[in-house]
Amino acid sequence: MKTRCLLLLTLVAACGLLSGCVNVQPWERGNLADPAMTVSNPLGGSMSEHMWFSREAASGGRGVGGGGCGCN
Amino acid sequence: MNTSYNQNKQTKNKLIVTFAVSLLGAFLAVAAPLKEGDAFPDLNQFGLEGTVPDTRGKVVLVDFFASWCHPCQESFPAMQELYQKYSGQGLVIIAINVDKNKADMDEFLKTHPAGFVILRDASSKLVSQVKIPTMPSSFLLGRDGKIHAFHRGFKGDETRKQYAEEIEALLK
Repeated sequence: MKTRCLLLLTLVAACGLLSGCVNVQPWERGNLADPAMTVSNPLGGSMSEHMWFSREAASGGRGVGGGGCGCN
Repeated sequence: MNTSYNQNKQTKNKLIVTFAVSLLGAFLAVAAPLKEGDAFPDLNQFGLEGTVPDTRGKVVLVDFFASWCHPCQESFPAMQELYQKYSGQGLVIIAINVDKNKADMDEFLKTHPAGFVILRDASSKLVSQVKIPTMPSSFLLGRDGKIHAFHRGFKGDETRKQYAEEIEALLK
Protein backbone atom coordinates (compact mmCIF):
# COMPACT_ATOMS: atom_id res chain seq x y z
CA MET A 1 0.00 0.00 0.00
CA LYS A 2 2.81 2.31 1.00
CA THR A 3 4.69 1.55 -2.24
CA ARG A 4 1.56 2.24 -4.31
CA CYS A 5 1.06 5.60 -2.60
CA LEU A 6 4.69 6.48 -3.23
CA LEU A 7 4.41 5.43 -6.88
CA LEU A 8 1.25 7.48 -7.33
CA LEU A 9 2.88 10.48 -5.69
CA THR A 10 5.93 10.14 -7.95
CA LEU A 11 3.69 9.91 -11.03
CA VAL A 12 1.72 13.01 -10.00
CA ALA A 13 4.96 14.92 -9.32
CA ALA A 14 6.43 13.79 -12.68
CA CYS A 15 3.28 14.89 -14.51
CA GLY A 16 3.47 18.28 -12.84
CA LEU A 17 7.14 18.75 -13.62
CA LEU A 18 7.13 17.34 -17.16
CA SER A 19 4.25 19.57 -18.23
CA GLY A 20 6.79 22.41 -18.11
CA CYS A 21 8.87 20.79 -20.86
CA VAL A 22 7.95 21.96 -24.34
CA ASN A 23 9.45 21.36 -27.73
CA VAL A 24 9.91 24.76 -29.40
CA GLN A 25 8.87 24.28 -33.00
CA PRO A 26 11.10 25.65 -35.80
CA TRP A 27 8.52 28.30 -36.70
CA GLU A 28 8.31 29.52 -33.09
CA ARG A 29 12.00 30.33 -32.68
CA GLY A 30 11.80 34.03 -33.45
CA ASN A 31 12.75 35.05 -29.91
CA LEU A 32 15.59 32.53 -29.77
CA ALA A 33 16.97 33.90 -33.05
CA ASP A 34 17.24 37.41 -31.61
CA PRO A 35 20.89 38.58 -31.46
CA ALA A 36 20.31 39.42 -27.79
CA MET A 37 20.05 35.67 -27.17
CA THR A 38 23.66 35.02 -28.19
CA VAL A 39 26.04 34.22 -25.36
CA SER A 40 28.56 37.01 -25.90
CA ASN A 41 27.85 40.66 -26.69
CA PRO A 42 29.13 41.86 -30.12
CA LEU A 43 31.60 44.49 -28.80
CA GLY A 44 33.16 42.36 -26.07
CA GLY A 45 33.25 39.42 -28.45
CA SER A 46 35.15 41.28 -31.14
CA MET A 47 37.66 42.62 -28.58
CA SER A 48 38.40 39.23 -27.12
CA GLU A 49 38.55 37.77 -30.64
CA HIS A 50 41.15 40.42 -31.56
CA MET A 51 43.26 39.56 -28.51
CA TRP A 52 42.89 35.87 -29.18
CA PHE A 53 44.02 36.27 -32.79
CA SER A 54 47.01 38.47 -31.78
CA ARG A 55 48.17 35.96 -29.23
CA GLU A 56 47.43 32.66 -30.94
CA ALA A 57 47.46 33.55 -34.66
CA ALA A 58 44.11 31.78 -34.88
CA SER A 59 40.52 32.90 -34.81
CA GLY A 60 37.00 31.53 -34.58
CA GLY A 61 35.78 28.39 -32.93
CA ARG A 62 33.81 30.24 -30.28
CA GLY A 63 30.35 28.86 -29.69
CA VAL A 64 27.77 28.51 -32.43
CA GLY A 65 26.38 30.89 -35.02
CA GLY A 66 23.03 32.53 -34.45
CA GLY A 67 20.77 32.41 -31.46
CA GLY A 68 19.43 28.91 -31.87
CA CYS A 69 16.74 29.63 -34.43
CA GLY A 70 17.24 26.22 -36.00
CA CYS A 71 17.56 27.77 -39.44
CA ASN A 72 18.93 25.32 -41.95
CA MET B 1 -14.65 -16.88 -8.06
CA ASN B 2 -11.45 -17.65 -9.91
CA THR B 3 -13.22 -17.45 -13.31
CA SER B 4 -14.65 -14.03 -12.47
CA TYR B 5 -11.18 -12.82 -11.46
CA ASN B 6 -9.71 -14.07 -14.76
CA GLN B 7 -12.50 -12.41 -16.78
CA ASN B 8 -11.92 -9.12 -14.99
CA LYS B 9 -8.22 -9.37 -15.67
CA GLN B 10 -8.83 -10.12 -19.36
CA THR B 11 -11.20 -7.15 -19.71
CA LYS B 12 -8.65 -4.92 -17.99
CA ASN B 13 -5.88 -6.11 -20.34
CA LYS B 14 -8.11 -5.54 -23.39
CA LEU B 15 -8.86 -2.01 -22.21
CA ILE B 16 -5.17 -1.25 -21.71
CA VAL B 17 -4.28 -2.60 -25.18
CA THR B 18 -7.13 -0.62 -26.82
CA PHE B 19 -6.02 2.55 -25.04
CA ALA B 20 -2.38 2.04 -26.05
CA VAL B 21 -3.28 1.33 -29.69
CA SER B 22 -5.55 4.39 -29.96
CA LEU B 23 -2.88 6.55 -28.31
CA LEU B 24 -0.29 5.31 -30.81
CA GLY B 25 -2.72 5.86 -33.70
CA ALA B 26 -3.44 9.41 -32.56
CA PHE B 27 0.28 10.11 -32.20
CA LEU B 28 1.06 8.77 -35.66
CA ALA B 29 -1.83 10.71 -37.19
CA VAL B 30 -0.55 13.95 -35.68
CA ALA B 31 3.17 13.34 -36.15
CA ALA B 32 3.17 11.97 -39.70
CA PRO B 33 4.99 14.54 -41.84
CA LEU B 34 4.13 15.19 -45.48
CA LYS B 35 6.20 13.28 -47.97
CA GLU B 36 6.74 13.23 -51.71
CA GLY B 37 3.66 11.98 -53.53
CA ASP B 38 1.25 13.27 -50.85
CA ALA B 39 -1.33 15.89 -51.75
CA PHE B 40 -0.52 19.28 -50.22
CA PRO B 41 -3.32 20.59 -47.95
CA ASP B 42 -5.85 23.01 -49.47
CA LEU B 43 -4.57 26.49 -48.51
CA ASN B 44 -8.13 27.84 -48.38
CA GLN B 45 -8.87 25.84 -45.25
CA PHE B 46 -6.47 27.54 -42.86
CA GLY B 47 -7.71 31.14 -42.66
CA LEU B 48 -4.49 32.51 -44.14
CA GLU B 49 -4.17 36.29 -44.42
CA GLY B 50 -3.97 37.39 -48.05
CA THR B 51 -5.56 36.10 -51.22
CA VAL B 52 -4.94 32.46 -52.01
CA PRO B 53 -4.39 32.18 -55.77
CA ASP B 54 -5.97 29.58 -58.02
CA THR B 55 -3.27 26.96 -58.46
CA ARG B 56 -5.19 24.33 -60.42
CA GLY B 57 -3.02 22.90 -63.16
CA LYS B 58 -0.02 24.97 -62.11
CA VAL B 59 3.39 24.10 -60.75
CA VAL B 60 3.52 25.61 -57.26
CA LEU B 61 6.41 26.43 -54.95
CA VAL B 62 5.16 26.82 -51.37
CA ASP B 63 7.78 28.37 -49.12
CA PHE B 64 7.56 28.96 -45.37
CA PHE B 65 9.54 31.98 -44.17
CA ALA B 66 10.02 34.31 -41.21
CA SER B 67 11.66 37.71 -40.87
CA TRP B 68 14.09 36.47 -38.19
CA CYS B 69 15.39 33.60 -40.34
CA HIS B 70 18.59 34.53 -42.18
CA PRO B 71 18.48 31.81 -44.87
CA CYS B 72 14.96 33.07 -45.68
CA GLN B 73 16.48 36.45 -46.49
CA GLU B 74 18.84 34.73 -48.93
CA SER B 75 16.06 32.67 -50.48
CA PHE B 76 13.89 35.64 -51.47
CA PRO B 77 16.08 36.99 -54.31
CA ALA B 78 16.36 33.42 -55.65
CA MET B 79 12.60 32.95 -55.59
CA GLN B 80 12.11 36.34 -57.23
CA GLU B 81 14.41 35.21 -60.06
CA LEU B 82 12.46 31.98 -60.46
CA TYR B 83 9.21 33.91 -60.47
CA GLN B 84 10.44 36.26 -63.19
CA LYS B 85 11.78 33.41 -65.28
CA TYR B 86 9.01 30.82 -65.00
CA SER B 87 5.75 32.53 -63.97
CA GLY B 88 4.83 32.95 -67.64
CA GLN B 89 5.17 29.20 -68.13
CA GLY B 90 2.83 28.24 -65.28
CA LEU B 91 4.82 28.55 -62.06
CA VAL B 92 3.13 30.01 -58.99
CA ILE B 93 5.24 30.90 -55.94
CA ILE B 94 3.48 31.22 -52.60
CA ALA B 95 5.56 32.39 -49.64
CA ILE B 96 3.86 31.84 -46.31
CA ASN B 97 4.97 34.00 -43.40
CA VAL B 98 4.97 32.58 -39.87
CA ASP B 99 6.01 35.71 -37.92
CA LYS B 100 4.07 36.45 -34.75
CA ASN B 101 3.81 40.14 -35.64
CA LYS B 102 2.64 41.33 -39.03
CA ALA B 103 4.84 44.44 -38.67
CA ASP B 104 7.95 42.20 -38.73
CA MET B 105 6.80 40.65 -42.01
CA ASP B 106 6.05 44.08 -43.52
CA GLU B 107 9.51 45.30 -42.52
CA PHE B 108 11.07 42.19 -44.07
CA LEU B 109 9.17 42.69 -47.33
CA LYS B 110 10.37 46.31 -47.55
CA THR B 111 13.96 45.12 -47.74
CA HIS B 112 13.19 41.91 -49.66
CA PRO B 113 10.57 42.90 -52.23
CA ALA B 114 8.69 40.04 -53.86
CA GLY B 115 6.48 39.93 -56.93
CA PHE B 116 5.07 36.54 -55.99
CA VAL B 117 2.19 35.76 -53.62
CA ILE B 118 2.70 36.40 -49.91
CA LEU B 119 0.32 34.87 -47.38
CA ARG B 120 0.45 34.96 -43.59
CA ASP B 121 -0.27 32.02 -41.32
CA ALA B 122 -1.07 34.17 -38.27
CA SER B 123 -2.75 31.35 -36.36
CA SER B 124 0.03 28.83 -37.25
CA LYS B 125 -2.70 26.36 -38.26
CA LEU B 126 -1.13 25.43 -41.58
CA VAL B 127 2.45 25.25 -40.36
CA SER B 128 1.37 23.12 -37.39
CA GLN B 129 -0.29 20.66 -39.74
CA VAL B 130 2.54 20.58 -42.26
CA LYS B 131 5.09 20.34 -39.44
CA ILE B 132 8.09 21.78 -41.23
CA PRO B 133 11.37 20.57 -39.72
CA THR B 134 13.32 23.80 -40.18
CA MET B 135 13.14 27.38 -41.40
CA PRO B 136 12.86 27.93 -44.30
CA SER B 137 11.18 24.87 -45.78
CA SER B 138 9.61 24.62 -49.19
CA PHE B 139 7.43 22.20 -51.10
CA LEU B 140 7.38 21.97 -54.87
CA LEU B 141 4.02 20.79 -56.14
CA GLY B 142 3.33 19.43 -59.59
CA ARG B 143 0.37 20.29 -61.77
CA ASP B 144 -1.51 17.46 -60.04
CA GLY B 145 -1.23 19.25 -56.65
CA LYS B 146 1.03 16.55 -55.25
CA ILE B 147 4.37 17.10 -53.58
CA HIS B 148 7.22 16.42 -56.00
CA ALA B 149 10.11 17.79 -53.96
CA PHE B 150 10.77 19.05 -50.47
CA HIS B 151 13.58 21.47 -49.60
CA ARG B 152 14.80 21.63 -46.06
CA GLY B 153 16.47 25.02 -45.54
CA PHE B 154 18.03 27.19 -48.22
CA LYS B 155 21.64 26.38 -49.10
CA GLY B 156 22.46 29.16 -51.56
CA ASP B 157 23.43 28.19 -55.10
CA GLU B 158 22.90 24.49 -54.44
CA THR B 159 19.19 24.98 -53.64
CA ARG B 160 18.87 27.60 -56.38
CA LYS B 161 20.11 25.07 -58.96
CA GLN B 162 17.88 22.31 -57.63
CA TYR B 163 14.83 24.58 -57.78
CA ALA B 164 15.53 25.48 -61.42
CA GLU B 165 16.08 21.86 -62.48
CA GLU B 166 12.98 20.56 -60.71
CA ILE B 167 10.75 23.40 -61.92
CA GLU B 168 11.91 22.99 -65.52
CA ALA B 169 11.20 19.26 -65.35
CA LEU B 170 7.71 19.84 -63.95
CA LEU B 171 6.84 22.57 -66.43
CA LYS B 172 7.61 20.36 -69.44
